[in-house]
Order: sequence, then C-alpha cells, then structure tokens
Amino acid sequence: MAAVTTRQAPVLPPPSGRAGFGGTLRSEFTKIRSVRSTYWTLLVLLVISVGIGAAICAGTAANWDQASAADRATFDATQVSIAGLFFLGQLVIVVFGAMVLTAEYSTGMIRTSLTAMPRRVTVYAAKALVFAIVALVVTLVAAFIAFFLGQALLSSTHASATLSGHDVLRAVIGSALYVTLCGLFAFAAGAILRHTAATITSIIGLLFVIPILAHLLPSSWYNDVARWLPDSAGAAISATVGPQDAHLFSPWGQFTVFAVYTAILLIVGGVLFLRRDA
Amino acid sequence: MIEVRGLSKRYGEKLAVNNLSFDVVPGKVTGFLGPNGAGKTTTMRLMLGLDYPNAGTVTIDGKKYASMAYPMREVGALLDAKAVHGGRSAYNHLLCLAQTNNLPKRRVGEVLDLVGLADVARKRTKGFSLGMSQRLGIAGTLLGDPKVLMFDEPVNGLDPEGILWIRNFMKALAAEGRTVFVSSHLMSEMEHTADQLIVIGRGQLLAECTMEEFIARSSGQTVRVATPQPDVLIKAVAEAGGSAVSSADGALVVSGLVAAQVGDIAFEHGVRLHELTVVRASLEAAFMELTADSVEYRGAENEQGQPGQGQPGHAQAGQGQSPAQEQLVAQGQHGSEGGI
Repeated sequence: MAAVTTRQAPVLPPPSGRAGFGGTLRSEFTKIRSVRSTYWTLLVLLVISVGIGAAICAGTAANWDQASAADRATFDATQVSIAGLFFLGQLVIVVFGAMVLTAEYSTGMIRTSLTAMPRRVTVYAAKALVFAIVALVVTLVAAFIAFFLGQALLSSTHASATLSGHDVLRAVIGSALYVTLCGLFAFAAGAILRHTAATITSIIGLLFVIPILAHLLPSSWYNDVARWLPDSAGAAISATVGPQDAHLFSPWGQFTVFAVYTAILLIVGGVLFLRRDA
Repeated sequence: MIEVRGLSKRYGEKLAVNNLSFDVVPGKVTGFLGPNGAGKTTTMRLMLGLDYPNAGTVTIDGKKYASMAYPMREVGALLDAKAVHGGRSAYNHLLCLAQTNNLPKRRVGEVLDLVGLADVARKRTKGFSLGMSQRLGIAGTLLGDPKVLMFDEPVNGLDPEGILWIRNFMKALAAEGRTVFVSSHLMSEMEHTADQLIVIGRGQLLAECTMEEFIARSSGQTVRVATPQPDVLIKAVAEAGGSAVSSADGALVVSGLVAAQVGDIAFEHGVRLHELTVVRASLEAAFMELTADSVEYRGAENEQGQPGQGQPGHAQAGQGQSPAQEQLVAQGQHGSEGGI
C-alpha cells in the first residue's frame, strides 16, 4: 500500500468551458441503457402492443362474415390495430416513466447523481428528454409494427387501411406521441411524489380510473367534461373513421389539452426537484 | 480551503445543524467528529448542495459547489456507498458519473484499477459487499482528480482489512497534497489518520484544532501512586503545587506533576512507594468527555434538555461542560494556530 498513488499520468486534459446539458444528456442515456429493467419494460411494451393489436385484428378477420353492415361501415382498421399500444402500452410506459426518477430515490442514486452534477434543472431536463426520446422511438416502432401486422391480418376483410389512407398516419404517429406523453406525465408525477408505488397508483387513478368514473356521469354532464379528460386525447388521435365526436376538440386539439396537462405537471415537478432537499 | 459560515439546518422541529462555522485547511486530513446524530451527514449534504440550509453559506475555494464549472474536478464526495443503482455495472455507474463532467472514458478504467475493482468492472453492483461498494464510491470521487475529497463515515461497517485499506488510501490522498475531509463517530478512527479535527455535537461546534492540540489539552495526564503513607504524600504533593486524591482502591491519583516529580518528592519525604504509574486518558475518553453533553440518544435518566425544545446546546453546556470542552471551544473560536 506504500506505493499507492491515485494519479496516473496523464491524469486529465485541462478543463475548458463548463459541465452542462450535453454531458448530462450522455450520462442519462448511459443510465437508461445500462439497466436491464429498461430492456424488459420496452420488450413488454412491444409484445403487448403488437400482440394485442394482432389478436384483435385476427379475431375480427375471422368473424368478418358475421359482422353487420353497420359494424363494417364504422370499423376503424387503423385504431383497432394499434389499440394494444394506447390501452395497455400506455400502462407500461407509465411505469417506465415513473421509475426514471423514483428508482433514483429508492436506491439513493439521486444523491450520487446530484453530487456529480449539482445543477438540478440540467439533470431534470436531461432525464425528461432522454426518457421522451427513448419512449417515442419505441412507441413509434410498436405503433408501426402493430399497424402493419394488423392490416396484414385484416387483408381478407378488404377493410384494411394503408398509411396513405385518410388520417391513418396521424393516428399511428399520434398514438405513439400520446403514449409518450403519458410516460412524461408519469415522469413528472414521479418528481413530485418521489415514490414508485405512490406515483404509479396516482397516475393510474388519473389516467385510467377517472375516465371510467366519468363515464358513469349522466351523459349530458359527461359530454361537458369529456374534452377535458386526459384519455380523450388517445381516443381522438387514434380514430380515422366516422364523424368527429361533437363534444370533443379536433384530434390535435384534444392532444394539446393533454400536452398542456403534462407540461404543467412537468413544470411543477421541475420546481419541486429544484427546491426540495434531495 | 473549505469555509463553512453560520450554517443552520432545521428538519421540522429538529435543529440538525446550528450556526456552524469552521474551515477545512488544504492539503491535510481533517477529521469531522461527533456522536451519531450530531449533524455530520447533514453538514456534508449542505456543503454539497444536496440539502439547502436555513441559514449560512459554504464555499470551496471561494465558490459554491453548484456553481463550479466542473464540480467533479474540484470536489470528490462520497456520502453513501450504497447509494447506487444495484442493477448497473460498476463500469457503467462510473461512466454515467464521468459523463456529467465531460471526463474522458479512459478515466473510468483508471479509477477502477486504483481501487482494485478492475476485475469486477462489468459486474452489477447489487452483489457487491460493503467493502467493494466503498471502493466503488471512492473510485467515483477520484474520477475528476479533485483537490478536495469528502467522505462520510467511510469505514463504518467494514472489516479490519477494509478499514486499513481506506485508512492508507486517505493518507495517500493527503500525501499527494489533497484536502481530505472525513467524518467519523469514532475518535479511535481519527487518531491515526487526521491532522486536523472538527468536533461537533448537536449540530454545534465543540472543537476546531489540530490533533496535537487535542491531545495536549485533553489527555489529562495523571500519575497513579500506591503508598502505605498516603497522608504524607498528599501534603508533600500539595506543597509542590500538585494535587492528589485517593482513588477507590486506596491508591492516590496525582495531577499537576509528572511521574519523575512525584518520585522525587516521595524520596525527599522518605515515603515508600509500591507503585508509580503514568495514566494517560485515551483520546477516545477525551472525545467522550467532550461530547458527553451532546449525545443524541441516552438512557432514560437523562431526558431533559433534548433538542426537541430547540434548546441551544451551549446554554445547557454552561452548567455541565467539562474543562476540556470549554478550553477547546475557546480555542476553536480563534482559529487553530493559537498558543496553548
């Protein structure tokens, strides 16, 4: 131990500039790619999004002969093929998003992270951005695979959709964006609650249970509140057939409502992340 | 130079750090001592900006930690070796830390070599022993080759081999001219490593001095004498300017004189001696004495004056304080170079 030295030549290049967003972004990407749970979560997302969409499409194709003319007229091949993503994929991405921050709190890693990079706004923004990019890439992949597989399975019905179809591309990409936004919503909630179980429970309450309860309202009341519910964005953005629900905003309008909710939550989470003791 | 000025931190009702000021001088090992719950970890968290103080400032070479261009190049800090994601490999853990400060990738391999973890670099940290986790944490502090290093209870829970390794490592870091600031609740741990001492209790400064000053002031050397003629000796010692009291087993405990003086006095007065022993209070005992009034949790007989009432330690210390404590506090307020 007498020969111990902590310096090896050359130690470090001379510093220039300042540790900032770029380095922290690389660091957050290293973090997200270096734990197995990321791969498991995203694999589950892909499997259930594609698998459920395919199962529904295959079932529909098999029963197409028995479908009524009215059913056939309102059948939305695009929405059906990506239903797995925006119903169940959403659930997975919520867990994934929540864990980005809450896992750091439960392991204590957040203190190590903030010691290495004490500029908290930088850390928070880098985490959110890396998560959003990873989530968007994976949900886009899931949406397109689910769409193409679903349409292939529906080809016997001659009711299948193509990407060039009316609003189809908007529905496919919009669904991926919506699911990513759900993940960011959960990320922000994680910054506020700092506890995995509490965050996931709250988000499921907000995104899934409240819409179900709202459906129990008298329909005149429901029609008034529907456009302000978070899940309306998913329903509106993924639809390609039939008239637009008169009680809702346009698909992108509905998407904007949810985007604003998410932005508000992200700002609240960011302010708390900055102000509170780590 | 780390300068802590008027630092206070309140968690709910509890005042964890109370108007704490001290300096950590460069190029030395400074021991940060106090009983469990004294506020050591809180102070370190405040120094790093993990927690925000209710009052006071901390600057490191004149800068706040969060405003440093490359924090890891100036300060390496390890507060909790287990504060890592167990699913990440040692290499990736260090890589994600290095990247925040734009440090080169090769540095990760270098620090893993330094702490002897190169063989397990690709292993997930979940399976690491406390000793390995501690090495990993130390590797992280060295990534930026910083001038200042901070460790919170680095030997806590380690086996003797691990303790020795950490101790030697800290000495080596200081020998390279780095500032090492290390906390412990055990005086015995600091005895062989620290040059400077900062002692706190209940969030307040109790002593700020060099290790030599601490030893000189608090070891309270006495001489134990066994004699069949205690009355003669007590009188003779008093004449020579010392004082002697009988201990429980009948021997005398002489203070104010060294052993040679006591022996000479006995000879001059024809007092037969059966035993003449130098008794040095250990540093541990001196530390215990110093912090006795500020121990956080004690037996049931001593419930009053708990910090729950927000009572400042000094108001209470005024009545129950040991001489060593008063002396050291007075010293601490002038800085560390004052004469004895």
